[in-house]
Amino acid sequence: MYGFEAMTFNVHSGYLEAIVRGYRSGLLTAADYNNLCQCETLDDIKMHLTATEYGPYLQNEPSPLHTTTIVEKCTLKLVDEYKHMLCQATEPLSTFLEYITYGHMIDNVVLIVTGTLHERDVQELLEKCHPLGMFDSIATLAVAQNMRELYRLVLVDTPLAPYFSECITSEDLDDMNIEIMRNTLYKAYLEDFYRFCRKLGGATAEIMSDLLSFEADRRAVNITINSIGTELTREDRKKLYSSFGLLYPYGHEELAACEDIDQVRAVMEKYPPYQSIFSKLSYGESQLLDKAFYEEEVKRLCLSFEQQFHFGVFFAYMRLKEQEIRNLMWISECVAQNQKSRVHDSVVFIF
Amino acid sequence: MAVRGRGGCCPRMDLLRSEAMQLVQIIIPIESAHRTISYLGDLGLFQFKDLNAEKSPFQRTYATQLKRCGEMARKLRFFKEHMTKAGLSPSKKINSEADIVLDNLEVKLGELEAELIEMNANSENLQRAYNELLEYKLVLEKAGEFFYKAQSRATDQQREFEAQNIGEGSIDSPLLLEQEMSIDFSKQVKLGFTCGLVPREKSMAFERILFRATRGNVYLNQVAVTDPVVDPASGEKVEKNVFVVFYSGEKAKNKILKICEAFGANRYPFADEIGKRFQMIYKVSGRISELKTTIDAGLLHRNNLLQTIACQSEQWNLLVKKEKSVYHKLNMLSMDVTKKCLVAEGWCPTFATKQIQDALQRATFDSNSQVGAIFQVLHTQESPPTYFRTNKFTSSFQEIVDAYGIAKYQEANPGVFTIITFPFLFAVMFGDWGHGICLLLATLYLIMQEKKFSGQKLGDILEMTFGGRYVILLMSLFSIYTGLVYNEFFSIPFELFGPSAYACRDLSCRDATTEGLIKVRRTYPFGVDPVWHGTRSELPFLNSLKMKMSILLGVAQMNLGIILSYFNAKFFGSSLNVWYQFIPQMIFLNSLFGYLSLLIIVKWCTGSQADLYHIMIYMFLRPTDDLGENQLFPGQKTLQLVLLLLALIAVPWMLFPKPFLLKKQHEKRHQGQSYAPLHVTDDSIDLEEHHDSHGSHGHEFEFSEVFVHQLIHTIEFVLGAVSNTASYLRLWALSLAHSELSSVFYEKVLLLAWGFNNVIILIVGIIVFVFATVGVLLVMETLSAFLHALRLHWVEFQNKFYEGDGYKFQPFSFAILNDDDD
Repeated sequence: MYGFEAMTFNVHSGYLEAIVRGYRSGLLTAADYNNLCQCETLDDIKMHLTATEYGPYLQNEPSPLHTTTIVEKCTLKLVDEYKHMLCQATEPLSTFLEYITYGHMIDNVVLIVTGTLHERDVQELLEKCHPLGMFDSIATLAVAQNMRELYRLVLVDTPLAPYFSECITSEDLDDMNIEIMRNTLYKAYLEDFYRFCRKLGGATAEIMSDLLSFEADRRAVNITINSIGTELTREDRKKLYSSFGLLYPYGHEELAACEDIDQVRAVMEKYPPYQSIFSKLSYGESQLLDKAFYEEEVKRLCLSFEQQFHFGVFFAYMRLKEQEIRNLMWISECVAQNQKSRVHDSVVFIF
Repeated sequence: MAVRGRGGCCPRMDLLRSEAMQLVQIIIPIESAHRTISYLGDLGLFQFKDLNAEKSPFQRTYATQLKRCGEMARKLRFFKEHMTKAGLSPSKKINSEADIVLDNLEVKLGELEAELIEMNANSENLQRAYNELLEYKLVLEKAGEFFYKAQSRATDQQREFEAQNIGEGSIDSPLLLEQEMSIDFSKQVKLGFTCGLVPREKSMAFERILFRATRGNVYLNQVAVTDPVVDPASGEKVEKNVFVVFYSGEKAKNKILKICEAFGANRYPFADEIGKRFQMIYKVSGRISELKTTIDAGLLHRNNLLQTIACQSEQWNLLVKKEKSVYHKLNMLSMDVTKKCLVAEGWCPTFATKQIQDALQRATFDSNSQVGAIFQVLHTQESPPTYFRTNKFTSSFQEIVDAYGIAKYQEANPGVFTIITFPFLFAVMFGDWGHGICLLLATLYLIMQEKKFSGQKLGDILEMTFGGRYVILLMSLFSIYTGLVYNEFFSIPFELFGPSAYACRDLSCRDATTEGLIKVRRTYPFGVDPVWHGTRSELPFLNSLKMKMSILLGVAQMNLGIILSYFNAKFFGSSLNVWYQFIPQMIFLNSLFGYLSLLIIVKWCTGSQADLYHIMIYMFLRPTDDLGENQLFPGQKTLQLVLLLLALIAVPWMLFPKPFLLKKQHEKRHQGQSYAPLHVTDDSIDLEEHHDSHGSHGHEFEFSEVFVHQLIHTIEFVLGAVSNTASYLRLWALSLAHSELSSVFYEKVLLLAWGFNNVIILIVGIIVFVFATVGVLLVMETLSAFLHALRLHWVEFQNKFYEGDGYKFQPFSFAILNDDDD
C-alpha cells in the first residue's frame, strides 16, 4: 500500500512517531559538541550535560565522575526511552522495535561466551553487556561448552534461536569460532530484519532497505578487512556476507577474493555511493574507515527523518543515540586522559 | 489622563503605564561583588543583562563556585532522599541563626554525607546478613517440611512395602527414596542435593534450564513462599520460591551451581537430619534476633543524624540556592581589564534608584571595601522591559493580558480596564444570580483559605482556579448583578423588586401569551419583569433585549479601545497617529455602529416599532430613499447621508496620508542628518554597540512595506468594524444558551421528578439536577463564558490599540527563588 500510509499510519503509530521526533530534537547539536570539546574536566562535561536532556540522569552523581558513569547514565536514558516506546507500541511496530535490539543481543551473547572462555567473572561480564540486548537467561550462557549446548540450553528460548540454525556444531568454542558465530548470527539477523521490513512495505520498506543494505555492506567490508591474513577460506568468508545490499552478489564475489586493503578499496570504488567514503582515505589506511562509515551512516539516518509515516525513524533514532553515546564516551575519555588534541578524531557530529 | 510620567507633577499611572525604567551600569570592586549582588537580590528590583553571552557556562569567571554549589545541592538532595525514606520531613521553620559561611557549610555537608554513607554501608551490610539469615530460616523450614513429609511418606511406603512384600519399583514411590528403599546396596547412587531460594518469576525458566542442562536427571521441588522476601543483594522485596534440587554426579553439581548463580538463586547449606536441622533453626533464629537489635540501634543512630540534618536542611537549601543564583548573576558581569572590578549592566525602575544606591553603599560598608561601587545611568535606544507593580488582586488580571502579549514599554495597559470589563462581559453571558452565588461561595472559600493554599503545592486545576480567585470573585459578583437584571435564579424568576407591572385583563389570558396582559402598575423597577417568564413571547423579547445590549456593550468597548490608541499616540508624541489613525477610525466606527447604537437607544426610549435591520441595510443600498415608517426622528435621512459620507471619507483618510507623511518625515530626517552627523550625542557612553537599537532611526525606511502595512491595517479595521461588532453578539448567544440550559435542567429534571410524587424519583431527580447544574452550568459554562470573554478582550478590544511586543521585567530576586522549587 505504498503511498497510502498517510491515511492509516497515525492510527497506531502516530503518537510514537511524534514521541520519537521529540526525542530526536533532544539530540546534542554541533554547538553542544563544540562546548563539550572545550571542557577541561569530567565535571565540566557533567555541568554541560545537565543543561541538556541528560540533566535528570546525571545531576545526582557525586562529583569524582568516571567515564563509565557518564556512559552508563546516558545509556540508561536511551533504554528508558526505548522501553517507553516499546510499551506504547502496537503490532507491527513493537516487533520492529524488538528487531532493533537483536543486534545487541548477539553482541551480548558473544561477549559472555568469550568472557567465560577466558574465565572472567559472570557478574562482571553482565555489567558490560548492553542493557538493550539483555534477556532472561543470559547469565546461563556461561554454562555452555559448545555451540550445540549453547543453543539447546539458552538460546532456544530467545528470538535469536532461528538464526542459530546455520551454526550449530559440536565443536568446542574458541575465539575464531565465536567470531564466525557472531557474523553468521548477524548475517541471519540482518537478512531476517530485511525480510521483515520488505514485508511491511511502503515507505518503511524503502527506507529500511536502504539503511539495512548499508549496514550489510559495511559489515561485508569489515569482515573482509578483518579476515585478511587469517585462515578463513574464501568460501567461508563469502558465507558470512548477507545476501542483500548494494554489493550483493557481484561485489561479494570480488570482496571474497581480496587479499589486502587496497584490493578492497578497488572493489568498493566501483560503487558510486561508497566512492566518496573511500576517496577521503589515503591508500593503505583502514583506521579512519570506521569513522568514515559512521559519518555516512549518520548522514543516512538523519535523512530518514525527512520522510514521514514510516518506522525507519525509530531505527534511525536508536542508532543516532548510540552514536551520540559513543561520541560522549570518546570525548569523556579524551578529557579524562588529557588527550584533548585527539578529541575530534572519532566524534561524529549528528547535526 | 496620560501624561508623561516623568515629571513629579503628574498623577502616577501605576497600572496604565508601566514603570519608567533605566539602563544602569554598576561598577563593583571585586571584593564586594558577592555581597553587592546578594543585597540586590534581597531588594529584587534589578534585572541583570548577560554580558558574557558568547561564553560557554564553564568558561565564565565563577564556574568553579557554581560547580561547588551544584555539588552541595546534590548532597542536600541526597539527604532529602534519605529523609523521605526514613519518613522525616524537613522542618519548615527557618531559624535565623548567624549566617553560615558557604565554605563551612561545604565542609559540614561533606562530613555529614560521608557519615551518612558510612552508616548506610554498615547498615546495608548488616541488613544483608539479616536478610540472608531470614532466607536461610525460610529454606530450613520449608525444605524441612518437605523432607519430613517425604520421609513420613517413605516410611509409610516402606511399611506397605514390607507388608505386601512386592518387588521394588512401584511407580509412585518418591524418587529420592530410592536410596533408602533400595535394598540392593550395589545399585545405590549417592544423590547430592542443594537448596535455596529463587525469584518466583524466574522459577519456570530455572526449572527448564535445569532440566535441559542435566538432560532430565534432576529432581526439583519448589515451594512458594507466601510473603515477599527481601532479597539480600538488591534490598528489594521479591516473591520467591524455596527449591530443593537432587542430582547425581559431580558434573551435574557444577552445572547446577553455575545455573543457580546465573539465576541469582541463593543457595544455603542444609542438613538432612532432623536433629541437626532443629539445631540450625535455633541457631539462626538466635542470630536473627541479635542482628535485629544491632540494626535497630544503627537505624536509631541514623535517624538521629537525619533528624539533625532535617532541622537545618531547609535553611541550607535556601542558602545554597541563593549562593547559586548569586554566582549565576556574577557570571553575567564582565570583568574589567584591570581585573579589579566587575561591570554589571541591567535595568531597574527609576523609582528604585535610591534603594539600589543604598544597597550598594551598605554592601561596600559591610565588606570593608575601600572603594565604593559606582552607579551610573546609561542612555540607550534599546526598549526597556515592561514592569507593572501589581498586587495580589490586580496580578491575575494582568496575567490575562500578559498571556496575549507583554505590553510594549509604557504603552497603555488594557489590564486596567480588564479588571472591570472582563468579569462584566463574563457576567453578561453568565447571568443567573443563583449560579453567581454558588460561584461566589466557592471563590470566597478559596480567598478565606488564601494563607493556607498559597504556601503549598496544589493540583493543576485547583492551582489555576486559586490563581484566578479574585477574577472569579468579580465574575461572580457581576453575574449576581446581571442575574438580577435578567431576573434569573436557576432559571426561576422572582418578584424581588415589587410586583410585576402587568396583570390579566380577564380570566381568558391564562394561556401564556402577553396578548391579554395590561399594564396595571408602574414599570418593574429593576431588570426584566418576571411576567415574561414562560410566555410565548419570552424568547423574542429577551433576544431582542440581549442582542441590542450586546451591540451597545461592544460598540462602547471598541470605542474605548480606539480612545486608548489616542492616549498611546499622545503619550508617544505621534500626532500622525492621532490625525490619520485615531480620528478616521473614530469616525468610521461611530458613523456606522455608533449610529446603530444611537438608533437602539432612541428606539428603546420612544418605544417605536421601526425595523432597525431595514434602516441599516437600506442606509447602504438606497441612502436617498425615504425611510417611511421606519423613521425614528426628523432629519434622520440627512443624518444618514452625512454619516455614510463620513464613513466613506474615513477609509482613504486612514489609508493614504500616513505612509506618505512617514516617507516625508524620513526624508527630512535623512537630509538633516548630513548636516548634523552628531545626532546621537546622548549616546555618549559608547557601550551600546551590541545593543540592537529599537529606535526608528536605525531602521531602513521601505515605503512599499509601510504602505502595504497600512493597507492591511486599514482593511483589517474596516472589515473588523463589522465582524467585531457581530462578534459581540456572542454575549447574547451565550447568555441565551445559559438560560435555556438552566431552564431545561429545572423543568425537565427537577419539575418532572417532582411531578411523580415519589420520594425516590425526587431524590434521583435532585441528584441529577445538582450534578447537571454543577457540572454543566457551573463548571463548563463558566469555562466557556470565560473563554469567550477572553476572546472579546484579546481580539475585539485589544486589536484596536495594543501592540503587546514588549518583554517582561524579570528582576533578580531571592523572593522568587522559593517559588520555582523543583
